Amino acid sequence: MLEVQNISKVFGGVHALVDVSFSVAEGSLSALIGPNGAGKTTMMNIISGIFPPDKGSISFKGGVITRLSPAAIARRGLSRTFQHIELFAEMTVLENILVGRYIKSRSGFLAAGLRLPFVRTEEEKNRAKSLEILASIGLEGKADELASNLPLGEQRMLEIGRALATEPSLLLLDEPAAGLNIRETRDLGKMIVRLNTEREITILLVEHDMDLVMRISTSITVLNFGQKIASGKPADIQRNRDVITAYLGEEDPSC
Amino acid sequence: MLTVFLQFLFSGLTVGSVYALVGMGFNIIYNATSIINLAQGEFVVIGGLLMWFFLESCKLPFLLAVALTILSAGLVALIMERLTIRPLKTNDLLIMIMVTVAVAIVMRGLLMFKFGKEPYSFAAFTEGDPLVIGGAVIQLQTLWVLGITGTCILALYAFFNLTIAGKAMRACSFDPTAASLVGIPVSRMIMFSFILSAMVGAIGGIAITPISLMEYDKGPMLAVKGFCAAMMGGLGRGRGAVVGGLTIGVLESMTAGYIHSGLKDAVALLILLSILFFRPAGLFGNAAMQRLKGH
Repeated sequence: MLEVQNISKVFGGVHALVDVSFSVAEGSLSALIGPNGAGKTTMMNIISGIFPPDKGSISFKGGVITRLSPAAIARRGLSRTFQHIELFAEMTVLENILVGRYIKSRSGFLAAGLRLPFVRTEEEKNRAKSLEILASIGLEGKADELASNLPLGEQRMLEIGRALATEPSLLLLDEPAAGLNIRETRDLGKMIVRLNTEREITILLVEHDMDLVMRISTSITVLNFGQKIASGKPADIQRNRDVITAYLGEEDPSC
Repeated sequence: MLTVFLQFLFSGLTVGSVYALVGMGFNIIYNATSIINLAQGEFVVIGGLLMWFFLESCKLPFLLAVALTILSAGLVALIMERLTIRPLKTNDLLIMIMVTVAVAIVMRGLLMFKFGKEPYSFAAFTEGDPLVIGGAVIQLQTLWVLGITGTCILALYAFFNLTIAGKAMRACSFDPTAASLVGIPVSRMIMFSFILSAMVGAIGGIAITPISLMEYDKGPMLAVKGFCAAMMGGLGRGRGAVVGGLTIGVLESMTAGYIHSGLKDAVALLILLSILFFRPAGLFGNAAMQRLKGH
C-alpha cells in the first residue's frame, strides 16, 4: 500500500535519512522503530508531505505522492497524528472531529453559506459520524468540552479520532504512547489493534515503547542514524544482532 | 431632551453598524490566519465608490450594481492576497501586517486617482418619509443599514459555527499544519477569508454611503474604529465585534452631540488605548485562552 523508495534527507550537514526503503503492506500493522535521532519523525514528515525528501520517492496506493501537499495526501486517504499533540485547542472536542470531516463533505462555500437543503442533511450525517467516532475513542461524554481542557491521554485519543474522521486507509501514528501511563498505553494498544482489525485501517506506528510495539505489530522496520538496519517480524527483530547493538551499544568482548 | 438623545442614539447605531462590519472583517481574516488586515477600511471605501460608479456613472440597475460592487471588492481582495500575502516566505505576522498597511496606501492612491478627492453619494435604497420615534427622525436608510448589518452578522455566525467549511477556516488559524494534514487546503482557505472579509466591508460601504457620503481617504479611520470594535469584543469573536462597534458608534455620536464634534474620533482611540492597557483579550475574551493561543 505504501512504498518508500531510497529516501534521503540532509538537514544542514546532518544525514537524517540515507537511502531508506521499506514498504507497508495493505492491512498490516507495521511499526517503524529506532533509537532517538534515528530519523523516524523525519520519515513521517516526508511521507505525510510536510517537507519533501532530497532523493527518493514515495508511492501510496499505486500513485506517487512524493511532492504533493499534506492536504492532497490526506485527500488520498493517508492521515496522521503527531508526537506533540496538535489539536485545535480553542475548539470543542466535537468540532475537532468535524473539522476532520472537511474532505468528506462535498458542499462548497456558496452552498454552505446559503444553507441549501442538501447541505443540512450532509451536516447531520457528518455530525452523526463524528459522534460515532467519539464513542469509538471513548470521548462521547466530552463532545462539548474545549480540546485544551482534556487530560493528555484523552487529547491523544482525540487526535486519533480527528485522523479517523477523514476515513483514512492508512493511518500514521507518531509516538501515540508518549507521556501515557501503563494503563492508558494498554488501552491505546487495544484500540490500535481494533482499528486495524475491525475498521481495516492499515497502520504505520512510530513508537518508543518496545513492549507495545512487540505486542501489537505484525512487521517492524528499524532505523539507526538515518539508515535501515533491519526489517521483519517482531520475533526476528528481537533476536537481530544489529538491532540489539543499536539499542544497547557494542558488546564489550572483555566482559 | 429625550428627542435629542434618541437622535444621537440612532445616528450612533448607524455608524456603529459599519464599525461592526469592519470589525467582523478583521475577525474573518484573523480567524483564518491570525493576520490583522489593516486594509480593511479601504474595502468599505471601495464598496461606496464602486457602487456610485456602477449606479450613477454606468447607470446600471440597482441590484446589478450591488452584485458587481461586491464581486469587485472580492476580486480586489483576491488579487491582494495572491500578490502580496501568498508570495511572502515568512511566518512573521508583523511583516504580513505591515504588508497590509502598504496595500492600503496603494489602494488609497488608486482610488484618489480614479475618483478624486470629493465625496460621493447616491440615493437611499428606498424612497419614503422618515420615521419619527419620540420626536427623533429616522431615515429609512438607517433601517437598511441596521437590517443589512444584522443579516451579515447572522450569516457569518452560521457560517463559522454551523458549517464544516467555516470550522475548517477557523482551524487554519489555530494550527495550519494540523489543518493541512486532515486535508484542508490552507492557502485556499486564507484566500477565501480575504475575499469574504472584503465583501462584508463592501456591503457596509454600499449601505452607509447614502447617509454619510464616501471619499477616497475614509479607509484608515474606519479601519481604526473597526479594529477598536474587534479588540473591544476580543479579536476573532463575532459577537464581540458587534457589541464593540455599536458601543463605539453610540459613544462617538453622544460625544459629538453633547460635548464637541471635534472629540468624536478621540473616543474610539481612547477606548482602544484603555482596552490595550487593561483588557487586551477584550471585554468578552478570556485571558487564559489568549495565552494558550500565543504559546
